[in-house]
Order: sequence, then C-alpha cells, then structure tokens
Amino acid sequence: MKPLFNRGTSATARLALTVPLSLSLLVADLHYPQLDLLRSTLSVVVFPLYYLAALPARLGETLEGRLADEKQLRLNNAQLHNDNLILQAQLQKYAALEAENQRLRNLLGSAFKVGERVLIAELLEVDLDPYRQQVLVDKGENAGVFIGQPVLDAQAVMGQVIRTNPLTATVLLITDAAHSLPVQVNRNGLRAIATGTGIINQLNLLHLPKKADIRPGDLLVTSGLGGVFPPGYPVARVTEVRAESGERFATVIAEPTARLERSHEVLLVWSAPSTSPSLLPDTNTPAVSSTNPPAATTTTP
Amino acid sequence: MLIRRDTGIIIATLIIALLLTVLPMSDWLLYFRPQWVALLLIFWILTLPTRVGVFWSFFMGLMLDVTAGTLLGQHALSFSIMGYLVVELQQRLQLFRAWQQALSVWLLLTLERLLSLWVLGAAGQPTPALSYWFATFVGMILWPWLMILLRDLTRTLDIT
Repeated sequence: MKPLFNRGTSATARLALTVPLSLSLLVADLHYPQLDLLRSTLSVVVFPLYYLAALPARLGETLEGRLADEKQLRLNNAQLHNDNLILQAQLQKYAALEAENQRLRNLLGSAFKVGERVLIAELLEVDLDPYRQQVLVDKGENAGVFIGQPVLDAQAVMGQVIRTNPLTATVLLITDAAHSLPVQVNRNGLRAIATGTGIINQLNLLHLPKKADIRPGDLLVTSGLGGVFPPGYPVARVTEVRAESGERFATVIAEPTARLERSHEVLLVWSAPSTSPSLLPDTNTPAVSSTNPPAATTTTP
Repeated sequence: MLIRRDTGIIIATLIIALLLTVLPMSDWLLYFRPQWVALLLIFWILTLPTRVGVFWSFFMGLMLDVTAGTLLGQHALSFSIMGYLVVELQQRLQLFRAWQQALSVWLLLTLERLLSLWVLGAAGQPTPALSYWFATFVGMILWPWLMILLRDLTRTLDIT
C-alpha cells in the first residue's frame, strides 16, 4: 500500500542534505584539484554515452567515405599532393631558418630548444555545455595526455587540457572566460595577457596602456612566459583597438586564428623540456618527460 | 522483481535524456535544446512520487555535470531544489489540466535555469545571452506531448 501523506518531511530532510552537498561540491570543484579524481572516475562511466552520441556523426563520415566516387577521390588526391609539395618546399626554407636560429642562439649562449613532440587527436562529436568553451578529444591518460598540456590545430593555439581520464581529455579553449594566456605582438615583441570572453571568436587583451604600440591586424603569438604553451605559436589577430576616455587601459579585441568551432583534428603537444634559459642549476626539470607517451606518436623534425 | 524492472526503465529513460543532451546538433539548434533530464525527472516524480524524488534529482544532476562538463554540483543543486518542489506540489500538479501543467513545468524549468545562472555567475562566467532562456519555452511546448508519450509507455509496461 502506498502511503499518501508522509512525503513532506522526508523530502525536506533530503533537500537539507543535498543542497549543502552540492554547494560544497561546487566550492570544492572551483578551488581544490582533489575533486578531479571523482570527476574522472564518473566520466569513465559516462564514456559509453559519448561514444553513442558521437556514433551518428561518425557513421555519416564512414558512409560518405564509402560513397565518394573515384573521380572525387582522384581530385582530392591530386589536391593533397599539390598541398604536400608546397608545404614541403616551405618546410625546407623553415628548416634552414631553424638551423640558423639555433646557431645564433648557441652563439648567445641561451638554452633554447625547438622541436616538440605532437600527437594527433580527434574531437569527439558531442555537445558539451554551450555556455562554457570546452571540447572533448579522444585521447586520454592512456596516450600520455596530461593536465595543462597545450592543444593546437593546424593554424594556431586552441587551448589546454584541463581534465583527463584514461580514454578522453577535456580541452579548455582559449576563448573560455576562465582562460588566459601570455602572448606577445609578433611585430614588436610587446607582451600582453589574452583572456577569453566566453564568445567563441573573441579574445580581450588586458592591461595594455592606451599608448601601447598595437594596431588592428597585428599577429599575436605565444610568449612562452606562462610555462604552459611553447613560445612562438600564433594565437590571434588584433581586430580592434580603442582608447576610451574614462577607461584606464586600452580596449583591445583579437580574433583567434585557430578554427575553434570548426577544427576536427587537434594536435597535443609535448614541449621540449626546459625551453627557457634558467639561472639556477638544472634541478627542477619539468615532470613532462616522465609522462611522455609510448612510441605511437609522431615527432616533428 | 517488479521493483527491479521499474528502476531499470526509469534509469534507461534518464540515460536517453542524458544522451539527447550531448547529441551533436547544428549550431542554430543548440540553444533550443530542451532540458531533457529535467523534463524526465519531473515526469517520473509526478508518476512515481514514492520512488523518485530529491535523491534521484541530485544524482542525475551530478551525472549531467560530469557529462556536460559543467561545474560539479551546478545541476545537482538546481535539480535537487526543482525535484523538491515537484515532490511537494505533486498532488496539486497531478490535478492540473494539460496547459496548467505545462505552465507549471515552465516555471520549474525557469527556476532550474535561474539557479544554474546563479552558479555560473558565482564561478565568474559571463552572463549568457537571452537565448539562454529559450530552452525553457521549448520544454513547456514539449511537455504535453512528452507526458502523453511517456504515460503510454508506463501503461504499456505496467508501471504504477
């Protein structure tokens, strides 16, 4: 027999339990990293869900691949061949420049090392919360992905890994309101902090004086100062510079060069250890080398 | 044995709701995605008030937080308060006509969004655009149909 009227008190008691619990979870998730263990455990449970959600998109892709006719494939192939030739020609020039750069840096005595290891990962086709700028990739701890790892696409910096579990990793995009990265203007080396706005194609440059030498069209590259992103990767292009009276700093808006909402493949980067010259003896090499993945990765020359 | 089967069906529908929440959709549809999990929870609390309640809501909120990548506790908080209200008002809600019920569901969904907004604000996220509230209206329009569909399902499967 179902009781008719004895729900009230028990529901209230339950609410009195769940509300403080969720509030403490919120505070803990905001301020303490220990909770990541709980989240990564639960997200392993959720993984089949992601797999199922991504299935239609993936099936469509395979079907498209099967149904593409020969002529189309030939055309594609020719196009890719051409692209490859052009890229290789550019690479030759780049290799020479890199060697020269290295030689000059050696002359200066700075311990700068180019050459980073990358791993290609695919985005999982699932829609996460539309009010945060984050994406899910199909490589996790099993592939050696670690928290704080920089993520690039073919054009530029996309973001960094904020959560991992054995199978997947969550990437916070540079346009999320909680993300900032140190950049410099490629033209003159002016340093700034690029902060996300929560809008997919907009970055703000904070605390730049009104007379700073920056103008629309300037390319921003990573400065490598934060220690997370390797230096010299393109980030964004300045679209708007305003000096409003009443504001203490200039309003500088930039548009990311990475195709944040369209990229399908991303590159996970392992920076070469100790990229910046240090005055201290080399005792604190980053823990990056211990988390390097096994041999199934490609290496840039 | 019967209890087991009931629970299995509730969990299955809730998992489908989670799936619908992360299913990729084209960009313009993104903001019209109804709050599937919230709708399903309201339905189950109204149908089986002695079985599904605040704890279910809390747990599903937690799972949604993990799945959608929101702050842990954001939906857990909003769902448990929403679930509590449905449990408290369930006897009244059941007597309502379809349109009255849809309106109350809109209020509940809006409350859920409001609590989420508050958490987003406390976490330092920017206030989302007006499109943030579209989902509640979609949920309201969807509610009568969802109710009929799920009621048929429960009757066929003999869950009371």
